[in-house]
Parts: sequence; structure tokens; C-alpha cells
Amino acid sequence: MTSAAASPKPLHPGLNLGPAHGKANMEAEPVVFGFWVFLMSDLVTFAMFFAVYATSVHATAGGPGNAAITDLTSIAIQTGALLISSLLFGLGTIAMKYDEGRAKVAGFLAAALAFGLVFLGFEIRDFMHAAEIGAVPMRSGYLSSYWALVGLHGLHVTVGSIIILAMIAQIAIFGLRSDVKSRILRLGLYWHFLDVIWVGIITVVFLPGAVA
Amino acid sequence: MSTDASTQESIKAEHRRELRSYYWGFAGAVVLTAFSFLAAIWQPFGPFVAYCGLGVFAVAQILVHFRCFLHIDLSSQKREDLQLLLFTAMIIFIMVAGTVWILGSLMDRMM
Repeated sequence: MTSAAASPKPLHPGLNLGPAHGKANMEAEPVVFGFWVFLMSDLVTFAMFFAVYATSVHATAGGPGNAAITDLTSIAIQTGALLISSLLFGLGTIAMKYDEGRAKVAGFLAAALAFGLVFLGFEIRDFMHAAEIGAVPMRSGYLSSYWALVGLHGLHVTVGSIIILAMIAQIAIFGLRSDVKSRILRLGLYWHFLDVIWVGIITVVFLPGAVA
Repeated sequence: MSTDASTQESIKAEHRRELRSYYWGFAGAVVLTAFSFLAAIWQPFGPFVAYCGLGVFAVAQILVHFRCFLHIDLSSQKREDLQLLLFTAMIIFIMVAGTVWILGSLMDRMM
């Protein structure tokens, strides 16, 4: 760390607003810790869905397997959209930290939302294709666990998109008040966290299907 | 709140450093994702190496995400944050390993 003077010891994991933000920065510590407790409990939930998926890979009951429902081009587009969305959200939180104006922060959030919706669009398209070829969750244990795991992540992205929309509205109505800043900080953690889960999903669900 | 020249300068340096962290994190994530896809599609050294490659690239990418996007590094962990991570890791290990063991064994017996 070369700029030790400008970066005091962080109060909490994740991007710190820094002492210049006064109240918002000080109040962030307990709520961000609480939010990390939520994220970690969510991680345990996802881990269990991964474990159930791993044990059901061969439980196809003669129905469609991984290869029949995976479109790697679509998965690559979804991965790219999610990564770009995460980067844009990160740039938004940095614009917020360095007081670059609420229009810029809201703009980055809107762009992150747009790429989140691109991700959801392609995911829904893949799910609809799976349903068309009869790969519905009722077909086999494998497909139940597939829909549950990928669907749970998709549900998280959907909820995240709705909250990004709510935060853009809050920026427009309240401006960058300290409680609004604190909420955006936590939403950023949530959004970046979904990327980490997605890395697990492509590694456990989609890419091994291409190897086999 | 003092806003002298040196403070301004150090804030600017911090700003640049944090932006760079996000850009590097993004670049690293894109490169590692590409490696994962190539390992799965081309399999230059056979399926077994491809599976190992997928695991290594995924762990590397998750570390990049944690470091650059979620801003977690071991040097600045506070005690309760570290305890939270370790406790979560323990719970996940017990539950996932137990599930894979029991259900995997059950699956083998039914096959």
C-alpha cells in the first residue's frame, strides 16, 4: 500500500466510503457487518443447492441431460453481461465515494441494471428452450436440481434488479443522503456476490457438460 | 475537514488506485472466464486435465472477485469478520461434504 495516509484501516469488508463521508461512513460498519452475515447465510443456502446438484448429476431418469439444455454461446453472453454489470456497479459506488454527482451515480446504476436485464433475458430464453424440449423440473431428479440451482441465482438477480431500480428512484427523490449511500454500498456487495455464485454455476453446471 | 494540496493529492491517488482495482478485477475475471470456456471446449490435454483446469480457474476467479470487487484481503480483516468467514466455511464444509457423501453413497447403491 503506497497511499497509506489516504486509506485508513477499513471499517468493514467491501468498499469503504472513507472518513470524508462522516456519518454515512461511521454508520456503515454495523449494518455492513449484518449484511455480510446475510450474504454468508445465503452462501450456505447456495452451497446446499450445489451439493444437491452434484449428487443428482446422473439422476436423469432417461430424460434430457446437461448437454441437451446447455447453450454455451448463451452462457458466455450471460457471463459477460453479469461481469460488465458488476464493473459498472463498482464504478457507480466509486463515483458515489468521490462525490461525482448523483446523475453519474444513477447513470452507472441504470447501466448496471440494463446489463442485469440482458443476463435475465438470455437466462429466461434458455429456460424456455429447456421447457420446450421437455426438460421441465418434474422430468427427473437431475432437472429438479438444475432448475432449483440456476433458478435460485436467477431469482436473486431479479430481486437485485428490482432493488437497483428502487435505489435509482431513491437517488432521484432523496439525493445521496447518508442512508441512501449506505444502502447502495450494501446493494453493491450483493451484486458482486451474485457474480461469485455465477462463477460456481458455470464451473459446476455448464462447463462440465461441455467436457463430458 | 482540511482540504490542503497534499490531502487533495492523496485523495486523487486513492481514487485512481480504487478505479484500477476494479479495471484489473474485471480484466482478470474476463481472462479467467475465457480460460475456463477454452479448457472445457478444446480440452487440449484430455478431459481430466480440463476438469482440473476448470477448478483452478474458478478458484482463481473467485479470489479475484473477492479481492477486487468485494475488497476483502487478509491483512485488514477484523476479528468478527474473520470469525464469520471461518464459521461459514465450517458449516458449508460439514453440510456439503455430508450431503455429497450420504447422497452419493445412496445413489451408488441404487444404481
